[in-house]
Amino acid sequence: MSEMLVSVSDHLLSPGGLTIDSLPGVLGELAGPGIDAADLYFQSQVSETWVLEDGIVKEGSFNLDQGVGVRAQSGEKTGFAYSNAITAEALSQAALAARSIARSGQNGCVRAFSATDVTALYAPNNPLDVMSRAEKVELLKQVDQATRALDSRIKQVTVSLAGVWDRVMVASTDGALGADIRPLVRFNVSVIVEQNGRRERGGHGGGGRTDYRYFLNEDRAMGYAREALRQALVNLEAIAAPAGSMPVVMGAGWSGVLLHEAVGHGLEGDFNRKGSSAYSGRMGEKVASSLCTIVDDGTLAERRGSLSMDDEGTPTQCTTLIENGVLKGYMQDKLNARLMGVRATGNGRRESYAHLPMPRMTNTYMLAGESDPQEIIRSVKKGLYCANLGGGQVDITSGKFVFSTSEAYLIEDGKITAPVKGATLIGNGPEAMSRVSMVGNDLALDSGVGTCGKDGQSVPVGVGQPTLKIDAITVGGTGA
Amino acid sequence: MSSVDVVGPQAVPQLQAQVEQIIAEARKQGASACEVAVSVEQGLSTTVRQREVETVEFNRDQGFGITLYLGQRKGSASTSATGDAAIRETVAAALAIAKHASEDECAGLADAALMARDLPDLDLYHGWSITPEQSIEHALRCEGAAFDADKRIKNADGTSLSTHQGCRVYGNSNGFIGGYASTRHSLSCVMIAEDKGLMQRDYWYDVNRQGELLASPEAIGARAAMRAVSRLGARPVPTCEVPVLFAAELATGLFSSFLGAISGGSIYRKSSFLEGAIGQQLFPQWLSLDERPHIPRAMGSASFDGDGLATYAKSFVENGELLSYVLSTYSGRKLGMPSTANAGGVHNLFVTHGDEDQQALIKRMGRGLLVTELMGHGLNMVTGDYSRGAGGYWVENGEIQFPVQEVTIAGNMRDMFKQIVAVGNDLELRSSIRTGSVLIERMTVAGS
Repeated sequence: MSEMLVSVSDHLLSPGGLTIDSLPGVLGELAGPGIDAADLYFQSQVSETWVLEDGIVKEGSFNLDQGVGVRAQSGEKTGFAYSNAITAEALSQAALAARSIARSGQNGCVRAFSATDVTALYAPNNPLDVMSRAEKVELLKQVDQATRALDSRIKQVTVSLAGVWDRVMVASTDGALGADIRPLVRFNVSVIVEQNGRRERGGHGGGGRTDYRYFLNEDRAMGYAREALRQALVNLEAIAAPAGSMPVVMGAGWSGVLLHEAVGHGLEGDFNRKGSSAYSGRMGEKVASSLCTIVDDGTLAERRGSLSMDDEGTPTQCTTLIENGVLKGYMQDKLNARLMGVRATGNGRRESYAHLPMPRMTNTYMLAGESDPQEIIRSVKKGLYCANLGGGQVDITSGKFVFSTSEAYLIEDGKITAPVKGATLIGNGPEAMSRVSMVGNDLALDSGVGTCGKDGQSVPVGVGQPTLKIDAITVGGTGA
Repeated sequence: MSSVDVVGPQAVPQLQAQVEQIIAEARKQGASACEVAVSVEQGLSTTVRQREVETVEFNRDQGFGITLYLGQRKGSASTSATGDAAIRETVAAALAIAKHASEDECAGLADAALMARDLPDLDLYHGWSITPEQSIEHALRCEGAAFDADKRIKNADGTSLSTHQGCRVYGNSNGFIGGYASTRHSLSCVMIAEDKGLMQRDYWYDVNRQGELLASPEAIGARAAMRAVSRLGARPVPTCEVPVLFAAELATGLFSSFLGAISGGSIYRKSSFLEGAIGQQLFPQWLSLDERPHIPRAMGSASFDGDGLATYAKSFVENGELLSYVLSTYSGRKLGMPSTANAGGVHNLFVTHGDEDQQALIKRMGRGLLVTELMGHGLNMVTGDYSRGAGGYWVENGEIQFPVQEVTIAGNMRDMFKQIVAVGNDLELRSSIRTGSVLIERMTVAGS
């Protein structure tokens, strides 16, 4: 057994009088007649948040959450129960509830554990412990003061620091046994600026599966602050965004929200098994312009969306979703992989022990193309350049997706001109991707603040893309 | 502190004892003041799809949170762990934070004299003894009715019946302690219609504190199917400026954004386009927005707010004019105003409505867009700019012509509120914001 498995199982199981040797018995209770697969997910999570506003650190909070999720599957049916207590009695009760979905059938079996050997993509240390509370408070105050000193138009600064330390362990009837220790940290700065009675907001931040020292390196914390201020000042000058269909150039990096919505969700295994996605049954077909190669990669070291193993104990991988415009692969968890007769891809994720796993993205991005970003801008006579986005959303069935700009400019005669107010853009996934006519050589990943919501569950994700041009998409402004 | 066996009104005394134990522990560790909330919830959700059971989920959560003070410094901590050790450690974690937080002159509990005294029973708990088998049967009937409603309904995205019960007690060291049990039952149905190789999805649902009062499974299924089928063949319209009618179930969002913009937190953070708007005419003269927190069994009802203050009926907007922000004790202090007993939000908001139903409003609109779906979060609360993805139906000559998709609607919320032409009598009863469909004089619709 790996050192990590020993330490995590000791932390999660011993307080309730359990050991790894107790688990085959519990799985045996679960895997009665009619059950195809069953698993246990143990988790203990500590997290904290510190918030500075009005120049003072007025709030800090700490949370400890722990429990075990018990799942049993029979065909397409899933039974699920969970408990805050990690004891033999609580496990038995949850197992009884979870297996209630099984009807008669074959006797389930429990395979001997074979510990999942995963390459750790991040350090296992508690990221909350690398700085004292006094140092955290001091960091927030320093950033606040230095930010206010940048520009007299700043009226309000909010700075926040958040960290999570997650210890998880999975044991499954298919023999999977794995543990993971997952750090996650985040730093955000938001500013409100005012000029001639007009107010605007700007925000930026970053983070990843590392610890707080990340923000002290390379002047990152103040980098976020300067970027937040820059965006706010740009928006002070913004005119009404145009309305209607036009060419749009998307900047590199965080604009990858476009791919997450237009492509990513539609290629999650569950929707495709159910035939409810606009991409269902289109494997091997051309679903995007041949300039597009898109991957989901959970194996990038210390990235926010990365995992050494997913929440079902499957090691993560780099999955090619679309290659030169052709649909190549879906993202799978174990259930959907089993039902579709394919391999799990390490995309089985859950918000916590109290939620069921499902296919989710990790870090989703488009590979670099060959165009010079400047050349892409020059190719547009009249259109929009989206430098930064807010959130997005998709209806995977009709393929419609939206995203909102937080920093955008008009492109007139091949030049970036006036900044425009935030607007929502709407398109149809496969259609918009087939209209990608230029892809830049400047692939960038986001700074590490993305959170994806699906069926009420939130998980951290990453996005990225090079600068790219979509020949026509609807821009929802109010201007001409 | 031990785990609670039964989730219902019987659990209140046990949770009260836990709140008192945690407050005593905080005092013992040196807190000068504190507030504590303890809750326990349990529920069952069953989902069927394609006439088969898909998931049966049992949920049971319990936990507590504490905010404590060292003079004007504040720290918070929460946990799902139980037992005396968990209480000691959680209190200690909050205390460690308070020691390092900054002095905040506005921090602290509400004045002891203002704490709620009489807590009316709002009848929020109605246990529903439905077995997993019965709840599966309900969901199957609902989805079956949807499949039977139209042959173009070819797929489903899940029909779920959920039943939840919870119990929550809040107490603070200024002498307030109050608790209640509540229930929430819902049935939702998501169907997929297909025609000419294109799919459309839509849904319908009902929610009630009393399971027996939910709309019939058949009615919900048929409505979901009808909505999905009616979206087949949806297309964009050319970019234009026209009146927009928000269906009641989406109109709630307009008023919820308004409440966000007048919330004390956004105002003192200088991040609201309605800062300084008290006394201004924001809506047409005939429109008022009233909070009525004590309606028995209503989804938004509460007898006390998040600070322990008694909730009370009042108007935020009267004759179109903004009378008051939505204030908690803290945001009130920041703004030099008394709390409006809205820590945690507004409890049941009523919007003045006329006597026309949605059909009549479509007729009155003449030519424009009826919006039944909104996508994305394109609201800028600092400037009031509004731009969202939309779907719905094109209206011409006072009648629905065809379904619309892939368009955006945009405007500024200040203009949108002022340009409300009418509010329908087709009230959205499932939400704590009670409004009918809302007709707005003019917005930019961007499309093909």
